[in-house]
Amino acid sequence: MAKIQLNGKKITINSKSSIQDLLKKYNLINKKIAIELNGIIIPKIKFKKKYLKNKDKVEVVHFIGGG
Amino acid sequence: MKDIFRVANKKLKSRLIVGTGKYKNFQETAKAIEASGADMVTVAVRRVNILDKKKPILTDYLNPKKIIFLPNTAGCFNSSDALRTLRLAREMGGWKLVKLEVLGDKKTLYPNMIETIKSTKILTKEGFKVMVYCTDDPLLAKKLEDNGAVAIMPLASPIGSGLGLQNKINISMIIKQSKVPVIVDAGIGTASDATVAMELGCDGVLINSAIAMAKKPILMAKAFKDAVISGRNSYLAGRMQKKYIASPSSPFKGLI
Repeated sequence: MAKIQLNGKKITINSKSSIQDLLKKYNLINKKIAIELNGIIIPKIKFKKKYLKNKDKVEVVHFIGGG
Repeated sequence: MKDIFRVANKKLKSRLIVGTGKYKNFQETAKAIEASGADMVTVAVRRVNILDKKKPILTDYLNPKKIIFLPNTAGCFNSSDALRTLRLAREMGGWKLVKLEVLGDKKTLYPNMIETIKSTKILTKEGFKVMVYCTDDPLLAKKLEDNGAVAIMPLASPIGSGLGLQNKINISMIIKQSKVPVIVDAGIGTASDATVAMELGCDGVLINSAIAMAKKPILMAKAFKDAVISGRNSYLAGRMQKKYIASPSSPFKGLI
């Protein structure tokens, strides 16, 4: 198990989870989103191979209504 | 002669750009946008709500393939937050045409022009096409253009205030000096305000609150669509000269 922070909330995930696995868990596959891992933007093509480790900080953002 | 509205390399059918915030729900957002005839909408970048997986999201109702999304940096109070937001927006789907706003004060939501100019320069270097929310100071507007802004977006009055165009002279000065489109952003209260802005010679207007906060947002969206078209036509037609004496519309000759 690994403890990470997702959008400011502490969550526990299986060890050896990739970003892709995390997105699957939250129904975010194929949605218009972008990911930042510890302050660095991760391109979509790396989602499958980028594994998460203890204390990682992940931000998942999308578009919302705004002016 | 065709009257084409172009921002960066994008041709837009409508000179009305609308925001997608403050609506009651996504259905109303989608209907108002359709009624407005706008082909470009502003959107904000925020955290996904991870606690509620089934909650509808904006892109369930607005298709970025059918309508141009203009990611903005609303809520950013410094250059690094604004840059971070737009880099994430670009990653989401290749958006290079963006709206930059760097705010300076929570009460007035006035833009921090020093941070805004700095950010415009950096984003332009990174290949972004930056439409920039700014004060109505002609000198600073020129600075933005010199630093690569593809559109100058001066405020009519503070964001969400509905106070309308407060400084027509400054907006006119900005229009006269700018080689890129000038789009009045923020503060428009009602349809006639948009007409006045267009009659001054603005290339477009950006409206959010005035539509979303109207009693009937969908009808107000239609009102703005017509107001912008009218204002543009009136500008192109060229108004009559003002005179300080009367001139009868019916000839005196042949009077019985």
